Amino acid sequence: MSTLAEMWPFLRAGFTNTLVLLALSLVLSTILGTVLASMRVSPVLPLRAFGTSYVNIFRNTPLVVMFILIVEGFPPVDIRPNIEAIGLNTFETLAVFALTIYTAAFVCEALRSGVNTVDPGQAEAARAVGMTFTQTLSVIVLPQAFRAVIPPLASVYIALTKNTSVAAAFGVVEATAQLSRMNEQTVAGTGVLFFGIAAGYVVIVWVISGIAAFLERQVATAR
Amino acid sequence: MSTSVLFDVPGPRARARHAVYAIVVVLGILALLGYFGWRLWDADQITPEKWAFLNQPSIVKDLLRGLLGTVSMAVTAIVLAIVFGAVFASGRLSDHLILRLPSIAVIEFFRAVPVLLMMFTLLFSFQSILGTYWSVVVALVLYNGSVLAEVFRAGILAVPKGQSEAAYAVGLRKGQVLRLIQAPQAVSTMLPAIISQCVVALKDTALGYVIGAFEIARRGKLIFTSLEHNNPIAVGLTLLVVFVILNYSISLLARRLEAQMRRRGKKVVHTEAEAAGA
Repeated sequence: MSTLAEMWPFLRAGFTNTLVLLALSLVLSTILGTVLASMRVSPVLPLRAFGTSYVNIFRNTPLVVMFILIVEGFPPVDIRPNIEAIGLNTFETLAVFALTIYTAAFVCEALRSGVNTVDPGQAEAARAVGMTFTQTLSVIVLPQAFRAVIPPLASVYIALTKNTSVAAAFGVVEATAQLSRMNEQTVAGTGVLFFGIAAGYVVIVWVISGIAAFLERQVATAR
Repeated sequence: MSTSVLFDVPGPRARARHAVYAIVVVLGILALLGYFGWRLWDADQITPEKWAFLNQPSIVKDLLRGLLGTVSMAVTAIVLAIVFGAVFASGRLSDHLILRLPSIAVIEFFRAVPVLLMMFTLLFSFQSILGTYWSVVVALVLYNGSVLAEVFRAGILAVPKGQSEAAYAVGLRKGQVLRLIQAPQAVSTMLPAIISQCVVALKDTALGYVIGAFEIARRGKLIFTSLEHNNPIAVGLTLLVVFVILNYSISLLARRLEAQMRRRGKKVVHTEAEAAGA
């Protein structure tokens, strides 16, 4: 029990940062990913080409390389954003950027596969009553795609949760970084520390899966 | 213009409007790239000195050796992960609760924990035994093995039920049915997923950067942190190009294989990890 008490301050501080990174990059990558997905299915060729290239580039790049480019690369070029209003320093802000740019590619693909599950008759009917592409997509197709999108999108967010750990290597003291900190101060054996931190991630993953399952049930009954 | 159900075949006015959009978009993208280019230029990042490392044979050789390390770790990890996945998939498919429950626990746990956390723990606990190379490999095996276990399970369950029923009918035992009847038929449906998982493993190998394993991103760090070069953007872009070429080729292979199987009317199992960016 005393071990847990000693670990608690580290875990609390670490997971607070993890959750802040998660929440911000989750919202931002969802927005960017939706824009990219609309681009990938749009009638304008350069938009489609941009969306496709974006996905192919960032889906195949390791997150570590994204962090090198953004968190190591931006400050020397005098791009040092911070969000002081919510207490984010430059490293944390740039980590959110890196996570957002990387995750948006996967959100885009999850949404696009959802769009493909919507019955073509829906879009055809929308066009038949004279809706434009933007109307067809935003009023008819995307709301229906949302149902099919919940499980893959939940997987993307779970992956994002785990990916926030990469920020530990780039100057952000989130949950994973607390392992080395607690290890240095020999709060407990490394194995104990590992399971303590792992438990935190497992809980976050559970919550995301739980919300996804709940939403799936909700839209299933709405049908 | 491909035929999409989302929009009508454009008429002359729509085509003209799309042309205007296209020009605006291209200009916008060029402006964005131009802005970043200008910022980089302004900060002296596009000077020949920043890219000079690509012209030094010793550095390029070191990067290639790093790439070899990356590929070696990823291949070792995938091979062992296939074994790990097969063991725990059969555990999870077992009729015995005593085998099934621990298998479920292991699979679900290692899919929920960040690979980097596992790498740190392995390195801190077993540094003298594992070293950096095996810390990376073992962490990758635990994660990718758990993902593959789920792929294998889905693959086995996708084999038509009549197959196993027929096998039981001719008197095969459970293990024989799995080994002789279900697994061989499931392999082909799982092949694209296994190849896609190689992309995940290759990308995650770059996490070895953090614990100082001998792989390409780490070799890159030694370049961009040196006073002589000090060029994270140039090195980062080089790494990006190398990984995109490598992984894109693998994805293409997986996609082609999948298309081939669909043409033959076979079901195909997917890994969630490749689609989710783990």
